[in-house]
Formats: sequence, C-alpha cells, structure tokens
Amino acid sequence: MAVKVRIPSPLMKLTNNQSEVTAEGATIADLFNNLESQFAGIKDRICEENGTPRRFINIYLNEEDIRFLEGENTAVKEGDEVSIIPAIAGGLV
Amino acid sequence: MSKLKMNSQLSKEDLEPACPLISEPSILTEIGNTPLIRIKNIGKEVEGVEIYAKAEWRNAGGSVKSRPALKMIEDGEKSGKLTKDKIIIDSTSGNTGIAYALIGKAKGYKVNLVMAANVCKERKGVMANFYGAEIITSSPFEGSDGAIRLCQKIYNENPELYFMPDQYNNDSNWKAHFETTAREIWSQTQGKITHFAAGIGTGGTIMGNTRGLRDLNPDIKCYAIEPSEDLHGIEGLKHMESSIVPGIYKESELDGKIGVSTEDSYKMVERLEKEEGILVGHSSGAALHGALELAKQIKKGVIVTVFPDSCDDCYIRSGHFKEYMESLHD
Repeated sequence: MAVKVRIPSPLMKLTNNQSEVTAEGATIADLFNNLESQFAGIKDRICEENGTPRRFINIYLNEEDIRFLEGENTAVKEGDEVSIIPAIAGGLV
Repeated sequence: MSKLKMNSQLSKEDLEPACPLISEPSILTEIGNTPLIRIKNIGKEVEGVEIYAKAEWRNAGGSVKSRPALKMIEDGEKSGKLTKDKIIIDSTSGNTGIAYALIGKAKGYKVNLVMAANVCKERKGVMANFYGAEIITSSPFEGSDGAIRLCQKIYNENPELYFMPDQYNNDSNWKAHFETTAREIWSQTQGKITHFAAGIGTGGTIMGNTRGLRDLNPDIKCYAIEPSEDLHGIEGLKHMESSIVPGIYKESELDGKIGVSTEDSYKMVERLEKEEGILVGHSSGAALHGALELAKQIKKGVIVTVFPDSCDDCYIRSGHFKEYMESLHD
C-alpha cells in the first residue's frame, strides 16, 4: 500500500529535491527498504545497520513517535503519513 | 538500587547550571567569568597535551549564549535600536532563547522566540515558564534554517514592533567572546594556550575567541568543530556546507575544521560522565571529541575548548544521569 513520507531538508538532495514522496510497504521497515530502492543511499542516512532508526532521528506515523508504537515493525496502512524528523541543528555556539 | 559512582572532580555547585528562577537585574552580572576545567582522564594517553574546557553552563541562563545575548541586547540599547516599547525577536535552537528570555525579563522587555517545532519541549518549557517568553514554532522539517526564515518574515511584516538581534549576522555576537571569553582563557591558562577548538552554530564562539586570542598571541591555532554530515543530531551545531552560512562566520580566518559524527559526540558525553564526572550536552561531547582528535595530531600543546551547556532532561532522555538522579532519592 502507498504511504506518504515527508522528507527533511538535509535528505532532499537524495529525493530529487522532493519534500514528500510515496513509498510502498506494510510496515515502517518495508517503507525504508522501498525508499532505498527508489533513492539509493537514503536508508543508511536514516537507520543503523540493524535497521532501527538512528538515535537522533525521530520517525512519526501520523502524530505518533514510532518508538512508542512498535518501532520499525509498526504497521502502516493506506493513507498514513510518515515523517522523518532529525534533531534540531544550529545556533547554539 | 545501588548508587552510581560519580567520578567527579567538580563540586556540586560547579556541576549545576546557573538557571536562576528569580530575575533581578543583578543576575546579569553573573554572565561571564566561568571556570576553566582541566580534562584529567580523557586524552591522558596523549602525554604532551593538556586539554581544558570552559564550563559555560555556569553563566546565568545556563549556557555560553548568555554572553552574546547580553552584548547584542546592550549594544542595541546603546545604538537606540532597542527601546522599551520594542519586542525582542530572534530565531534560536534553545540556549540563545533562554538567554534572551532571562535578560529580557531582568531588563523589562517582551521576548518572542522562533524555534523549530522539533527543539526539545523541555527547553521551550524552561523559557516559557520561568522567564515568560512567547514561543513561535517553525517547521520541524526545515530545522534552524526554517526558524531563521520565519523570524525574518515576521520581522519584515512589522519591523516597527521589533528589535531583532539576528544572532547569525550581528557583530556583537562574536565581540562578546573577543571581549570576555578569550581574555578569561588567556588569563586562566597564564598565556600557555597553544590551540583553541570550538563548535560552530552561529560562529560567534569560534570567531570571537579566534580573534581575541590571536590579539594576545598571533601564534595560537584555531579550529572549528562541526558535524561531519548534514543530517545530524548534535543540537546547536551547524553543518556549514548544507546550511545558511552565518554572516559572522569567516572560515578563511581559521586554521582548519574538525568533523565529528553524532554517534562519537554522544559517546563522548557518556565518557565525560563516567570518566570525568561532568554532565554536559551533546555539543560539549562534540567539542571534546574534536579537541581529542586535535591532541592526537599535535602531540604537544595546551588545547582549550568550550562546553556550551550542561546536560538536562532534554539531552539525557535515559541512561546514567536518570539513574543517578533516582539514586539520590534512595
């Protein structure tokens, strides 16, 4: 099923400058693999080698952080929206 | 629960950030003159190098950003651009905002802060609750650059309402360090500093200290520490190649840049806790990791870096600090 994925600015150069893309899959992990097949290199930027999201990257399914759901095994359905949000950067020193 | 051993070289008072709840004008005299800490255990394998760090959480407001915030506001007052009827507005990822809010409350100004919605909620809460600043959120997908753009838009719509320090382009930012931090470091090392290395966010810390220290000894080598990749989790630091480059940041004046990964920064925060007993934020982990890389290269010298803030619940969501806090109540 098709799910809308929102891409943060630093990764948009991998998605042909698109801030929203569509990915296919039944779980968040499937979506990451599908994104990788569309945009080579993107999965490594989001995930550790074992497939879990890197510590400083938050993945939201609609309004919920997937860490409070079932992580990368969280199921997704048609019409869901997934957001990839990095920690804030800039302006501290 | 067993008590976690804190191998701390610092007193309890020195470990705690200076975040006063009472905003009296006298609090502004507690900005600057922070301790310089010798890093005793991490890096001791590089025998010819001594590493020191400025404990900037000791500033009133809890971070290094109190220095430039105070100078930008006071220079605004002196120039006549900031008057009592104006609202102070700026974009921030946290610490500058806390500083503006504290100083604004002490001096009687309203403060509006534009922050990306993914800045830690705890930090926003500290500012809003303690010091009464109004928070305006920008898109979490655009990070600090989105906050910069939204702040500029709000200002442009009603410029007569606001004083916008614009920390990324305000010379008072770096001058705060030229006039205070650099001189403190010189005096605290008795002029023995050979290398300075600090993280880049607005570039104020690195540019002001580089110019200030070289004013005292032109041979001091200065290095910027930055995240090694564009998508990173070192809150407060900027990856320059992929960001809006601040107007005050002049890379050509530096001796080089040191890239640090998010994972290495986080690991160094944990090492600082375990090996030095110092609880700091991620940007301090990046600073020490960078300083350690520099130590391995130079093999001999006195390196000074800057620890921008201490850890708080925002940074330490889990792990040893939480366990330690819980153990205090046992």
